[in-house]
Amino acid sequence: MNHQALTAILFLSVVALTLVITIRASRQTSGAADFYAGGRSFSGFQNGLAIGGDYMSAASFLGISGAIALAGYDGFLYSIGFLVAWLVALLLVAEMLRNSGKFTMADQLAYRMRQRPVRTAAATSTVTVSIFYLLAQMVGAGSLVVLLLGIDKENTLAVSAVIAGVGALMIVYVTVGGMKGTTWVQIVKAVLLMAGSALIVVLVLAKFHFNLSELLGTAAAESGKPGFLEPGLKYGIDATHKLDFLSLGIALVLGTAGLPHILVRFYTVPTSRDARKSVLWAIGLIGVFYLFTLVLGFGAAALLKTGVGSDVANSGGNLASPLLAEAVGGGAGSTGGAILLAVISAVAFATILAVVAGLTLTSSTSVAHDIYNAVIRKGQATEQEEIRVTRYAAAGLGVVAILLAIPARNLNIAFLVALAFAVAASANLPAIVYNMFWRRFNTRGATWSIYGGLISCVTLVFFSPVVSGKLNADGTSAALFPAGVDFHWFPLENPGLVSIPLGFFFGWLGTVTSKEPAAEERFTELEVRALTGAGAEQAVSH
Amino acid sequence: MPSDLSPHDVAARHDPVYDELHAAPEFAELKRRYRGFVFPATIAFLAWYLLYVVLSNWGGDFMSHKVVGNINVALVFGLLQFVTTFTIAWLYSRYSTSRLDPLARTLDERFVELAGKPSDGRSDH
Repeated sequence: MNHQALTAILFLSVVALTLVITIRASRQTSGAADFYAGGRSFSGFQNGLAIGGDYMSAASFLGISGAIALAGYDGFLYSIGFLVAWLVALLLVAEMLRNSGKFTMADQLAYRMRQRPVRTAAATSTVTVSIFYLLAQMVGAGSLVVLLLGIDKENTLAVSAVIAGVGALMIVYVTVGGMKGTTWVQIVKAVLLMAGSALIVVLVLAKFHFNLSELLGTAAAESGKPGFLEPGLKYGIDATHKLDFLSLGIALVLGTAGLPHILVRFYTVPTSRDARKSVLWAIGLIGVFYLFTLVLGFGAAALLKTGVGSDVANSGGNLASPLLAEAVGGGAGSTGGAILLAVISAVAFATILAVVAGLTLTSSTSVAHDIYNAVIRKGQATEQEEIRVTRYAAAGLGVVAILLAIPARNLNIAFLVALAFAVAASANLPAIVYNMFWRRFNTRGATWSIYGGLISCVTLVFFSPVVSGKLNADGTSAALFPAGVDFHWFPLENPGLVSIPLGFFFGWLGTVTSKEPAAEERFTELEVRALTGAGAEQAVSH
Repeated sequence: MPSDLSPHDVAARHDPVYDELHAAPEFAELKRRYRGFVFPATIAFLAWYLLYVVLSNWGGDFMSHKVVGNINVALVFGLLQFVTTFTIAWLYSRYSTSRLDPLARTLDERFVELAGKPSDGRSDH
């Protein structure tokens, strides 16, 4: 049996398994707390796994190891930034959010502010971040599945069908399984991902007698790039690139704790202590996983061809992990190679499905809970009405994502993940932190910081080299627009260095230019509730 | 329906029980202990991380210095970020279990006593 048939069978097994999970979960879902927050009944360990499953996207699994395989040490920065970021979530956000919120990021702001403006702002930012992230995952899914199943890239119909299929699956997970279904899909994915990558890591290390130095030496020699093991290969070219690296580093570390699909995971456990435990488990899991990416990336550089024209380089590094699996399994054409390639491909597929489901659920929940119920119905909608709107919103957002992803399938949209982190750090984090720690903070401050951070981020990216003007070495466009179109004036690819301070600045400015005694008065209540859990939402008892 | 969504466009009314808890010496102590850990820890890990990013950018000679075999300062520095992250997480877990949770529990119990209800949220069943 060739590896493509095997891969296809494993893909279908992943789909079947996740659908069974989803249907089982739907039978245990009745009210809003079940549908949006999994009944708040997951344990800290389960939620830790689910956070890992929600967070470690294809960008992590395939992207980081690929970046290390191609750019050496510079790819490692992503791993470090993505991990250290969890301390912000652990120390400043997770427990207090669990105690003060209910279903969405906006709940925590709406606790002491005027409902409609802050919910509208928070929902706008939630949907924007989620759509950017979703689009990146779906386009990635399309090109990945195409590569792994050996479908011709020019076959528009087949590629579109793959993207539509992924979109349809995520709509089913969310509308049928709600948070319980989505969480179990993420838990299964996290287990598969950890087990699959651990296996490859052991096989790679065995080839180098479990000697890291030997692995690094071979990787440096085989890559043929001087300075492969040192910082600077990708970002050290000139002062602009160095500033870009700094900007990226700051957005990574501050963005995680503002990602809406991560924030809502803290609502799925019974108490804030369980929220803390889940972040601790997530830090352990994600930390080990990013150590794996180091071995996978340098392993790929050592064992695969990564020069110009190689499969790894042509895929932008995305195929480094799957091809590495094939190589350590015995090489192309061998049975072991075919099996490992198929297994790792299926793991990558499960990874994408789990992440897109989390994103779709989060954004559709925000549309229904914040916009439909709180803003349009002024809080008068019943739970069943709200859940029904969530299902429609999930289907609607899913269709929008499919329709955007199909024409974008050949565009370079890798920047969208970095943009999502930048928006999360610039628009969401300032509002969340101010709200928890600054008594004076009020409605105008919250809306100004969210819209200010969001608009400055999107504007700066639009006028950056990733949208127009960036060229590959051979003169073709490396940007969203084709070569020849160039309207960029902002030099950095990552806006965080400017937009994050702007988000905090607007939050401050909006606050000090208005007075809202009610918000200040209610801060007392928020503070007590956030720190003690007094009056926090209870778990559903079945 | 959720009580935090009042028909008016403002946050729901202030519950006086919270004022009482806020004024309690245990709460002042809880807040002091919480902030006493997380503020310095946040400043420390952010500064340590930024130092790493800045050195990766502008400290090339230092970072490329080999420590043992092919393992250079940059790699050790990167791995140390993992070590410090795990350590701070572990320290916070220990600290919060022994120094924060007991106070939070006491205050939560007093809330149930005073307000006569476990939660202002509702149970679905």
